[in-house]
Amino acid sequence: MARMRSRGFQVFLPLSVLAILILINLIKGADYFSISIINGALYGNIPNILFGASELVILSIGMTLVTSSSGGQDISVGVAGAITSSVFVRLLLSSGGITWAAILAAFLASCAVGIAIGAFNGALVAVFKVQPMVATLILFTAGRSVAFLIDGRLSPILANDLTSQVGSVIPGVPIQTPIILTAVFIALFAVLLRTTNLKLYSQCVGINQKAARLNGINPVRIKFLTYMILGVCSAVAGFIAVTKAGRHDSVNLLKYVEMDAILAVAIGGNPLGGGTFSIAGSIIGAYTIEVLNRTLLRLEVDTETIKAFKAAFIIILMVIASPVVRQFAARGSRWMRDRLGGSAQAGQR
Amino acid sequence: MAFRAKTVLTVLVLLAAVGAAFAAPAIKVGIVNLPPEESGYRQANVEDMNNVFSKANGYDAKQTNTGDNSEQIAAAQGYIRDGVDYLLISAANASGWDNVLQSAKKAGVTVFLFDRLIDTDAANYRAALVSDMAAEGENAVNWLLKQKLASYNVILIRGQLGSAAELGRSGALLKARDAGKLKIVADGTGGDSWSLEEARKVVEAAITAGKDFNVIYAENDGMAQGAVQALDAAGISHGKGGKVKIIGFDFNRFALRNVQAGYWDCDVQCSPRQAAEIATWIKAGKKAPTGKVFQKEIIADTATITDKLIAEKGINADPGKGVITK
Repeated sequence: MARMRSRGFQVFLPLSVLAILILINLIKGADYFSISIINGALYGNIPNILFGASELVILSIGMTLVTSSSGGQDISVGVAGAITSSVFVRLLLSSGGITWAAILAAFLASCAVGIAIGAFNGALVAVFKVQPMVATLILFTAGRSVAFLIDGRLSPILANDLTSQVGSVIPGVPIQTPIILTAVFIALFAVLLRTTNLKLYSQCVGINQKAARLNGINPVRIKFLTYMILGVCSAVAGFIAVTKAGRHDSVNLLKYVEMDAILAVAIGGNPLGGGTFSIAGSIIGAYTIEVLNRTLLRLEVDTETIKAFKAAFIIILMVIASPVVRQFAARGSRWMRDRLGGSAQAGQR
Repeated sequence: MAFRAKTVLTVLVLLAAVGAAFAAPAIKVGIVNLPPEESGYRQANVEDMNNVFSKANGYDAKQTNTGDNSEQIAAAQGYIRDGVDYLLISAANASGWDNVLQSAKKAGVTVFLFDRLIDTDAANYRAALVSDMAAEGENAVNWLLKQKLASYNVILIRGQLGSAAELGRSGALLKARDAGKLKIVADGTGGDSWSLEEARKVVEAAITAGKDFNVIYAENDGMAQGAVQALDAAGISHGKGGKVKIIGFDFNRFALRNVQAGYWDCDVQCSPRQAAEIATWIKAGKKAPTGKVFQKEIIADTATITDKLIAEKGINADPGKGVITK
């Protein structure tokens, strides 16, 4: 019971923020949810949000897992995506003909590179006990040069019908492809967490490494694994980003996305020091960031002040989500429950 | 191993000395530049420097590429010690160069700045060749006003706020707006990374808010691409014969191919190729210009664009004729 409720509260916060943002948008114009069909695909604010947030959602899922197991964040996810997608583009362009099979093969190869990058970061964090942010700083600083070297020349062009369809719409399918890919990714991840002990083990390691070890869980292996999974997330995000852009720009592809990914984890109510986590919270957090960005555009906030507005909003949000305020709210609700004659036992947590 | 490397080195030095004795004395040039992986612009710039200041053209040139200002200064000092005749600098940071420039002066080294200016007394260098961002903006606005549209409702997508390119390119458009020649219906930015995705969101916000617009003025090619993606998804026509005119900047080859295909309307040059003009200054000797010199830059629209122009003036990879980068 208690576990259910605490999880409920965790998702409740980002959801309520999202609701407030949507309310603001509705006040600005009642047609906010209106969806039309243009060129055979759904069009409107909601599809735009789902489309725009796809990379961020995928990265925030992996970031949540890493945060849980290692108590730190990977700041190289954007750069990792730039590297894996440069491998994807390089392989695809040198494969002769661009077919669905070639795209799939190049994508899988880029996932392998993502796993290798994750293994590199994971080794530094798990085996050499380097602080995650410091460990991933290496790739953060050097990674774009690596992507540049793989590109050979700057911004190779991916202009062809098939990858362009991956980045926009496949004819006959009414939903933009990145939205579908994101949904599939979320579903696969949900299956992974349901069918394995990954979540439990990662939380154990994040809360207390020694206790985890005493219970037969190998913290090194779990951390290593979560970083490799994040590497796959980077590869998928890089794949979506590069097919959207239609060319590989090693300098700007997925730039600064790591900060938003960490923010999504935080908005999702996940403790950044590791331990318990809620993937759903992070996903909602990622969509919240996307909606926030678009709300500021919709309200026509001055270009010069848009960043300050975003920062102010996030500060308010983080204060509300902070443990201090949370405890206060929990105490308040317990007091209410006691008053209303609810069971005192349930209120003990 | 060490012994063999030494022998090889000695032979090389001897060969070089023999070569130097027979050939005309090469002009020694030290180039301090930013790293090619910084941008497509820089990549073309670095290549251009290497091509023009080559051995074949009678130069003995060395280039240092780093984005670290102190490393750049150290490299410049090294070149002065080596006794170069000319020092060419594109500074990572506009300040901190006074001492180096003065020691260059004392050593009799002529300093030319390219692409980026330095905050220093104009007497500390001979001349600077830079892009005139305001003129680029004016090029674009003049082209736009020549299209004789019934009305001009522009979406402005700025680059990194406060950067020289953003200030110059926005300035021309804002001036035209203040003169009542056009209206800006949405004013957004692609942010510090001149982001394609942010630009797309700016246009999506304008579309879903029901704004009426017929021009997109995006301050680089990537952002123009993002803007056009938003139009495509919303089924709004653009380019030659379309409703919305598309203007991009920087002369990326993919952008020029899009203009050639009539998918976009116009692209504005921001040339990274300063080496040829600086070479003429070196040849001119005492007659070389002084102070700040602006490069001449052009625009390309669907009527004027040619394959030759794309090959010679474009930057970055060429997708090939007829290929549209969506």
